[in-house]
Amino acid sequence: MQTAVQRTSPYHVLAILLLVALSLLFLFPMYWILTGSVKDIQAVNAARPVWFPLAPTLDNYQRLFARPAMQWLWNTVFICLMAMLLTCAVASLAGYALARKNFRGRAFLFAMFISALALPKQVILIPLLKEMSFLRLHDTPWAVILPTVGWPFGVFLMKQFSENIPGSILEAARIDGAGEVMTFTRVVLPIIKPDIGALAIFTFITAWNDYFMQLIMLNSQAKLTISLGIAKLQTEMSNDFGLIMAGAALSAIPITAVFLLFQQFFTRGITMGAVKG
Amino acid sequence: MQTSHRLALRRRARRENLIGYAYMAPALLFFLGFVVFPMGMAIVTSLTDYSMDSFNFIGLANYARMLGDRVFGKAMANTVLIVAVSVPTVTLFSLWAASVVYRMGQRASSFFRIVFYMPVVTGTVAVTVVWKWMFSRYNGLLNYVLRALGIIGSNISWLGDEATAIWCIILILFTTSIGQPIVLYISALANVDASLVEAAQVDGASNFKVFWKIKWPQIMNTTLYILVITTINSFQIFALIQLLTSGGPNNATNTIMYNIYYHAFKLNEYGYGNAMGVVLALVIGLFSAAQFRLARAEQH
Repeated sequence: MQTAVQRTSPYHVLAILLLVALSLLFLFPMYWILTGSVKDIQAVNAARPVWFPLAPTLDNYQRLFARPAMQWLWNTVFICLMAMLLTCAVASLAGYALARKNFRGRAFLFAMFISALALPKQVILIPLLKEMSFLRLHDTPWAVILPTVGWPFGVFLMKQFSENIPGSILEAARIDGAGEVMTFTRVVLPIIKPDIGALAIFTFITAWNDYFMQLIMLNSQAKLTISLGIAKLQTEMSNDFGLIMAGAALSAIPITAVFLLFQQFFTRGITMGAVKG
Repeated sequence: MQTSHRLALRRRARRENLIGYAYMAPALLFFLGFVVFPMGMAIVTSLTDYSMDSFNFIGLANYARMLGDRVFGKAMANTVLIVAVSVPTVTLFSLWAASVVYRMGQRASSFFRIVFYMPVVTGTVAVTVVWKWMFSRYNGLLNYVLRALGIIGSNISWLGDEATAIWCIILILFTTSIGQPIVLYISALANVDASLVEAAQVDGASNFKVFWKIKWPQIMNTTLYILVITTINSFQIFALIQLLTSGGPNNATNTIMYNIYYHAFKLNEYGYGNAMGVVLALVIGLFSAAQFRLARAEQH
C-alpha cells in the first residue's frame, strides 16, 4: 500500500477520474429505473427529460400490483431458493468425492463435467423443453429448477474448494473411527461452509437472471417469474415506461439487496471458479 | 495368504468405488438427465425434420439447408461481429479498469467492483427495458442529450435503424459483460508476485515493461478464462435481441441464438433449430480451442 501511494502519477489520477465518471454512467440506468418508476405519465413522456421527479407518484406501482406481480416475485424466489439448496447439496457431495475420494472413473467424470461447462447452455433448451413436457413438468417451477441443478459449474467449484481440505484432518477422522457420514457432516461440511455460501449466492443470482430458460419453460400468467412478467408488460404496454420501470425496480431491488449483503461470498465464488480453471 | 491379501485389497477397492459413486450419484443423476441426455437428443433430432406433426430421419438435410439459408448467414455474420467487437473491448477495458482499481484501498476497490457488477446483478431484463426507454426515438434520453450537445440535428430511431441497432446492442452487452472480468483481473493482479515486480523496478524497468514482462505472463490464465467466458456469452446473446429488436430491422440484429429461438418456438421447426444449435456449439468450441492455443503459444 505504501509504495502504491508514493507512485501515484498524473496518469493514475486521470484514470481514477475517468473510472469515477464511468461508474456514474454505470449507475445511471439503475437511477433511471428508480426515478422513472415514480414519474407520472407526463414526466415519463416529456420531450425534455425530467431529471428528478419533483412530484413522485405511486400510480405505476398501483397499476403494477393490479397484476400478479407479487406472485411473479414469489415464483422467482421459490425457483432460486430451490435451485440454490439442491445445487449446494448435490455439488458439495460430488465435489468432495472428486477432490478427495479414489474411485474408478473419477478422472473421466471430472473431464466430462469440465467439457460440458464449455458447452453453450442455451443450445440444449429445445430438447430440454421436450423432456420437461414428457415428464409433465413443463410450465412448473421444476422445469427451471432441475436443469439449473444439473449444470456442472457447482460441482466444478466445489471440487476446487474441497481440494483445500487438509488431508491430515480427514486422516485423523478415519483413525478415530468416524464413518463416511460422520466424516462428511462433522468434519468436511464445517470446513467447506463458506465455500457453500459462495456457491449458494452465485446460484441464486444466476437463477434469478436466467431469462431464456424461464422464457422457454414457463408460460401461464400465474407461473411467470418477475423477469418474464416485465418482458410481458413490455410487449403488451410497450410505451408505458412508468409501469415497466416499476416492474424493473421490483425485480432489481431484491436481487441487488441480496448481492450487496453477500458480496464477499460472491466475489469468492467467481474468482475461485477461474483461478484453477 | 497372498490370495487373501489380494482379495482384501480388491474388497477395499470395491468399497471405495461404492463410496465414491454414492457421493456422485445425485450430481450424476441431474447431469446425465438434464445436460447429457438433452445434448444427445439435440444431435439426434438435428438429423430429423422434427416439428409439430412430423418426425422423420432426413440425414444431413438440415445442415445443407443452413448453407443456403440467407437469414442464417446474416445471423451468423451478426453474431461473429458482436463477438469480434465485444471480446477484445471487454477484455481490454476490464484489464485497464482492474489495473487502476486493484491498487486502491479495500473500500474503493470494493465500490468499483460493485458498480461494474451492478448491471449483471440487476438482471438482463431490467437493464434492457431501461435502455429501450433511453434509446427510444421520441421520449428517449439519448436523443435529447445528443441534440442538446449539438451532436445530432434530429431524433434518431436508434433501434429501428439498420445502421445503428446492432451497435446499441453491442453497447448494452458491454455494460452487462465487464463485471466478472474486472473482479477476476483485480484478484489476479493482486496475486502477482510482488517481489518480482519490486526487483524489476529496482533494476529500473519502466511501468510498461514491468507490466508486459512480469504481470502479463502471470495473469495469462485469467486472461484466457476471461476470453473464453466472454466468447461463450457473446455467442449466446439472446435476451437483448428478443427484448429490444426481435432480430430486426430487416434481420440487422438477428443472431444465431435468436434465429434458433425463432425457428424452434415460433415456427416449431425443432429439427432445424437443433441443427443450428449443434453448429453454434461447434463454432464456440472451435473459438475456445483457438484461444487456448494462442494463449499457450504466447506463454512459451
